[in-house]
Amino acid sequence: MKSSLSRKVFVVFNVAILAATSFLCLVPVINLIAVSFSSRSVVEANLVGLWPKEFTLASYRYVFDNPQFYKSLSMTVERVALGWAVNIGLTILVAYPLSKEKNVFRFRGVYVWFFLVTMVFSGGLIPTYLVVNELGLINSVWSLILPEAVQMFYVLLMLNFFRGIPKEIEEAALTDGAGWLRSLASVYLPLSLPSLATVTLFILVGHWNAWFDGLIYMNLPDRYPLMTYLQTIVTNLDLSQLGSASLANNPSLLELTGRSLRSAMIFACTVPILFVYPFLQRFFVKGMLLGSVKG
Amino acid sequence: MNRGGLRTRKKTLKEMPFHLMLLPAVVITILFKYIPIGGISIAFMDYNPVESFYRQEWVGWDNFTYIFGLPGFGGVLWNTIFIATMKIAGNLIVPVAFALLLNELGGRVFKRSVQTVMYLPHFLSWVALAGVLIDILSPSSGIVNNVLSSMGIKPVFFLGDPASFPYTLVVTDVWKEFGWGTIIYLAAITNIDQTQYEAAIIDGAGRWKQTLHVTVPALAPVMILLTVLGIGNVLQAGFDQVFNLYSPQVYSTGDILDTLVYRIGIVDVQFGPATAVGLFKSAVSFVLIVSGYRLADKLAGYRVF
Repeated sequence: MKSSLSRKVFVVFNVAILAATSFLCLVPVINLIAVSFSSRSVVEANLVGLWPKEFTLASYRYVFDNPQFYKSLSMTVERVALGWAVNIGLTILVAYPLSKEKNVFRFRGVYVWFFLVTMVFSGGLIPTYLVVNELGLINSVWSLILPEAVQMFYVLLMLNFFRGIPKEIEEAALTDGAGWLRSLASVYLPLSLPSLATVTLFILVGHWNAWFDGLIYMNLPDRYPLMTYLQTIVTNLDLSQLGSASLANNPSLLELTGRSLRSAMIFACTVPILFVYPFLQRFFVKGMLLGSVKG
Repeated sequence: MNRGGLRTRKKTLKEMPFHLMLLPAVVITILFKYIPIGGISIAFMDYNPVESFYRQEWVGWDNFTYIFGLPGFGGVLWNTIFIATMKIAGNLIVPVAFALLLNELGGRVFKRSVQTVMYLPHFLSWVALAGVLIDILSPSSGIVNNVLSSMGIKPVFFLGDPASFPYTLVVTDVWKEFGWGTIIYLAAITNIDQTQYEAAIIDGAGRWKQTLHVTVPALAPVMILLTVLGIGNVLQAGFDQVFNLYSPQVYSTGDILDTLVYRIGIVDVQFGPATAVGLFKSAVSFVLIVSGYRLADKLAGYRVF
């Protein structure tokens, strides 16, 4: 294609616009990191931009000295691990039968409707809370896993992927005497790794980031997952609440400001996601496409 | 007759594994989705949390007259629709624009990096982002207002001024989601038949004309589809975002149905009225979703399953 002058001007502008936009997406995170590593005086004087000034680890020392951080972290790890196992298992077990044609699985339509209803109609906050309460799940990790265990978005993604796998491969396995479950485990799943990786990413990020269920289903702040704990801090951080006892044990608190402490807390709680998602990018883009292209 | 019955039985037996695979999900769905749908009857009760569910007093439509009569209810409904509609529009147009711009990029490494950075906010929770936004949008110390004041603009209280709060919500939501939204449009662009571009070039179309007459029309069905499916979200203004960013001083323009349900239900423990608001929202959304899907089926031949 010939490169006219106007084309060259456009290319330069385009690169500039996209670079500026990328910068806008990154700048809040960079500023956050810079503030979290800076000392009280410079943060309060509003001098921190994109690079830490008067570098200090005081905020992180406070975050990592707090026993609640570890309690919440272990709660989050527990919910992410159990939640992943339950979510991915149910996604596969629902998507596979529903990916079959009606002549293979006659009741497919009934089940599709059964699950579809939950996508458009829900009982809402209070009735769901009462069910969780009635089942004795308050303060249990299962209250964070079971209510959203069947995710139709993931099911749709897997289902469309399963349908893209040529039937002939399965027919060969079936004539060799394999049952449906065997065929699912040894034919479909090995071929579905990109989709499984995509759904896994969504599940991990979803469980890591979830906070509201922790807020309403956990009565004891001890049982708050990390994001719920972060939520209580972000929305009302008051240094006076830290108490004089912790001040006496930890003189470095005097170097803290609410801002740098909050920033350190946020960064500590989101750093796993910042590290994980770029590596999974090729999987989720591919998986999203394969799942959505065939509608 | 007998042979037919035998064949049906054989088929039933062969389908048995499917039922067993679906069983756990069915049980969980009944417990956590269908029973709560039955629990909607709380909307018609004077619900007392101390008593058993079966011993509550029925009050008919009282809870609905109560909530519709609340002085702020009309405002909350309006805020919800206004914020949600602007988000739907923004999250439709901005990703298309950026997909078109990204598509014009030559260098693969640069394109990849730009995309990676643009997806970043999508993966962060509103809790973390709220913390970031409270910090950078602060009128006294945030970098946004620092930049504004260095340009001679008066500081804006983005999160505390009722006039700017809804727009802050919309802009930050689009900022969070636009990069993610480009994925679907970039996919649609790569699926365009290359011969259409060749034909356009033969007709003497430059890059701009090609974009206008080939790429944009090819994206139109996807855009129509997403808009129509988005109709169901008109009462979905984004609880996670609003809850973590709002404060009593911006209730007049920033309070939405979901936050109202939270305050009435969880904070004030008025289960009846809170469920009534929830039911109102579900019912309206249900009608909108069903008509949206009907439209999508008609306009674009789209079916969910």
